[in-house]
Order: sequence, then C-alpha cells, then structure tokens
Amino acid sequence: MIWKEHYEVVVGLEVHMQLLTKSKAYSSDSAEFGALPNSHISPITLGHPGVLPRFNSKVIEYAVKLGLACGCKITEENQFARKNYFYADLPKGYQITQDKTPICTGGGIKISTDEGGEKYINLTRIHMEEDAGKSMHDQDPYDSLVDLNRAGVALLEMVSEPEIRSAEEAYAYLTEVRKLIRYLEICDGNMEEGSMRCDANISVRKHGDTKFGDRVEVKNMNSIRNVHRAIEFEAKRQIALIESGEVIDQETRSFDAVNGTTFSLRSKEKANDYRYFPEPDLCPVIVTQEYIAGVKSTMPALPNELHNRFTKEFGLSEYDASILTDSKPIALYFNELAGITKNYKAAANWINGPVKSYLNEQAIELDSFPLKPSHLAGIIEMIDQDKLSFSMASQKLFPELVKNPEIAAPQLAASLNILQEDNSDMLLKWTQEALSKFPDKVNEYKSGKHGLIGLFMGEVMKISQGKADPKKANQMLRDELSKN
Amino acid sequence: MTINEKLVEELAHLSRLSFENEAKTEMMNDMNRMLNFVEKLNELNTDNVEPLIYMNEEFNIIRVDEVISEITREEGLKNAPKRDSDYFRVPKVIG
Repeated sequence: MIWKEHYEVVVGLEVHMQLLTKSKAYSSDSAEFGALPNSHISPITLGHPGVLPRFNSKVIEYAVKLGLACGCKITEENQFARKNYFYADLPKGYQITQDKTPICTGGGIKISTDEGGEKYINLTRIHMEEDAGKSMHDQDPYDSLVDLNRAGVALLEMVSEPEIRSAEEAYAYLTEVRKLIRYLEICDGNMEEGSMRCDANISVRKHGDTKFGDRVEVKNMNSIRNVHRAIEFEAKRQIALIESGEVIDQETRSFDAVNGTTFSLRSKEKANDYRYFPEPDLCPVIVTQEYIAGVKSTMPALPNELHNRFTKEFGLSEYDASILTDSKPIALYFNELAGITKNYKAAANWINGPVKSYLNEQAIELDSFPLKPSHLAGIIEMIDQDKLSFSMASQKLFPELVKNPEIAAPQLAASLNILQEDNSDMLLKWTQEALSKFPDKVNEYKSGKHGLIGLFMGEVMKISQGKADPKKANQMLRDELSKN
Repeated sequence: MTINEKLVEELAHLSRLSFENEAKTEMMNDMNRMLNFVEKLNELNTDNVEPLIYMNEEFNIIRVDEVISEITREEGLKNAPKRDSDYFRVPKVIG
C-alpha cells in the first residue's frame, strides 16, 4: 500500500442498469431475461428496413424516479440520438441513446467513507438507451453466434464525475447505487447476471497535482468486489509505468477475474468514432412539471429517508439503522414493527438478531418468513411486561412460534410453560417459603447483612423453577423482610 | 470539406468494409460529388434558423409497457444469410 503515500487514484464510474420493464425500450417484444435464444425479437429489434421505433413510457417513469432519488435536474425536452458503430449484435448499426439532452443532469450519491465520514459523489448525467444483443464466440470454430433477445432492452446509464478517490469509495458508491435501484424497483441490480454493469475510468496522479493523468477504461467486472480489485490493480500498474518513465496508453482494458489483472482490449488510437446525430424516427419526449410531481407522489421511501427516520425518530444507532436499511424488505418490516411497538431498540435487536439468524439458517428471504411484525410485537410486549425473559423468548418461544405462526405468542408461551409468574399470590407463597428455610439468615439480614438478599432470590427462583419475575420477587422479598 | 483517401479508409474501417485501389478512388469521387451537392445549402444564410430534426411537430408518441409478440424465432431467422435453428451466424469477430 506504499504507493498511497505518493499517488492518488482518480475514478469515474459508468453504471448501466437494465430496467425492469416488461417490454423493450423501443419495441413491444419481451424484455424478460433467460428465454430461449432469439425468441424475444421483432422486426424493430432486428433492424429491418422501414420499421419505426416506439418509445416505452415506463422508461421515462423509471428514469425520472432515479433522477429524483439522486437529486438530479430533470430535462424537459428529451431528444434521442444515434450512436453509430458496426457490430454483429447491433442489428441497426446504431444504438438509440441520448447525447445532448440526457434526461437527468447533476445530483449525486452520498457514500460513507472508511474514515467514518460522508462524501458526496456528483453525477454528470443519467440517460436513456438500449442494450445490444449477445454474441458468443466460443461455441463454433468458424462463426460467432448471435442472440438478439437482449437487443433493445431498456437501459439507464448513470455517469459519475471523476470524484472517486479509492477502490473503497468505488465499492461504497456501487453498493449505494445498487441499494437505491433496488428500493426504487427499477432494476434488480444483479451484477453477476449483468443486469447491472459497471465500467471504470481510472487514472493516477501524484498528491497535489491538479491535472488528471491519462485514463484507462476498464470493463467486464461482474461484481462490486471485482471493481474494487480492478481499481487496485490498475492503480499499481499505472504507477509502475509512470515510475519507470513510460506513458499510459489511453485504452480500453478488460478485467480478468481469475488472476485479478487487466488486459488491453483495444487502444484509443483506433477509437471508435460514433458519429452521433439526432434520431429523427423518435419524436422528442416532453417531461412536464406535472408529470414529475406525479412520479414523485409514487416514490417509495428511500434508504436515506428510512435511515434518518430510524435514527432520529426511533433513536436507533447509526449502526443498527445501516444494517436495517441494507435491504428494502427488512427495512419495511422494521418500519411496520416500529408502528406497533414503542420499544424500537428491542425491535431492531429482534430483527438483526434472531430473525436474521433464522433467515440465514433456513437460507430464505424475508418474504418467506412466517412471522408477521405483530408476532414480534407480541413477544416484545411480553418481555417489556416482565412476563417472559429475553433468553426464554429467543431460545424457546421464537423457534416454536416460527413452526406454529397461527398460535398467538402469549398463548404459545403459556403452553410452553415459560411465562414468568407475576401472580402476586404465587410470588408471596414462593417468597415466604424461601424465607422460612433460612430463619437464621433472615435475622442476620434484619441486623444489617443486606447482601443475603441474593441467597433468598436464588431460593425463590429455585422453588419457582425460574418462572418468578426477578424484579418483582426482589421487591417482594424486601417488603417481607422489612416486616417484623 | 473534401474527402481524401485517408478519410475513405477511416470510414471504411468503421463500416468494416474494404476497397481496392480503383474502388477506393471511385468511392472518393462519389462522396465528393455528394458533398458538393449538399454544399449548395451553404449559399443560404441559416444563422438564426434552428436545425430541423423532425419532419413534424409531434411529441410524446409513446406506448404503454406491454408485451406484444409479433414474430417467431423461425420467422426472425428466415432472412438471415447464415443461421442455425437457434442463432444468427456471423463471421467470427474475435477469438
């Protein structure tokens, strides 16, 4: 890590997200993942002569959602552009994208840094475009095979400013972006399957330099962890080149996940000239203030908002709030629970403890978890009312309740015979019985040896088989002992 | 602007085409003729004229997000110069 003393790495990230629309961006064929090859196609997808694209209204809605969530300015008049390049999995010979009028500009993503602070990564733009098909080069000795199911699937591309300064910050940024798009339910954020993809523009410079170094674009990192690895590798590779007096080729490189290195794909000398020009086949899309207000009214609670509510309204720690908001279902479950119990800390502990352990053990998601927030609220209430100890609740009641969620928690606790006895008559009986066993010690207590209370408590718990409420039993012992 | 041999080569590369000497010259001449033809427009002053992109003034021609299957795989593959039962086949690009 010695290089970090002299150099800093400068990173800008481009994130492509496949939108969870039913149909493609500019045609009505299905956008579903995983179908048999070339079964989701249409004359528009195939780029047949004379066909005209028709824009999917859902794409605008999702783009505006993401823009609002990131605090972007939403562009009123959206035009489309053709980005021309020749490749077998791009049947039209151009990609329909946005050039001069990206639907979102500005805004940003707030990340937590390793030092415990916060940093705001500004966004350059978010624009709407379409995916290409898939080519397979290793199936046949002579031909490449092309599957056009993915061609035309709606994408948003989110471009950050080159403000990321470490692999860790890139990791945090991508984690936040993925969390956000999952909360918004506009993309499933699955980097392994490629529904979320990331390209990294990476350069290095000496600390204090104001000019950026020559940058390299790295592609094909199919996990957030691999983006982190690629940045670390590239930084070291580029510094080694500079230190030995060589120049950095402005090129595109690919990440090799097996050995954690990057290799050159094509150099920018033969850079593609994309010859952008306006797409005359698609009319402009006007996004009005009324439309934006309408989308705003359907926005779900965002991770930052829930995090704020959990810390400010419910008094949870930053740590608890972060774990709870990592996944939307967990956050919403807690939010519902917090609406029916006032013991927020206990609610957080139950979800982050027994509930998550159970989900992990069973390898299930929250949507298959048998208990409703009301079940947990019931348990928490019994503990708060001293009817049940936490250890009895988590070790005995909880495992039985997930098997029998139809039985109410108090009823099940009663049948398991684990309720703490707070019946005063019973307590009095146990207390008197305990004291009657140690008449000498009772006298010693009365003459001032108050430490003996522990002995009497132990006896009460023994007689009651652990069902006496310790607080009440303690009080009752003191009351009895203060009588003459 | 004139089209020279270098520009023809660059454009040919972008389109994955290649021209032999004679064809290259012919292509150069053709493209220059096209440019000259379009250059006629420069005779007009267009200083305060917005570029015309669209042939009408429509906007927001959008559709609801609905899946409509128009053609089958067999129909889609039918016109491809090379294909098998599942895929379009093209000359190997890399590898």
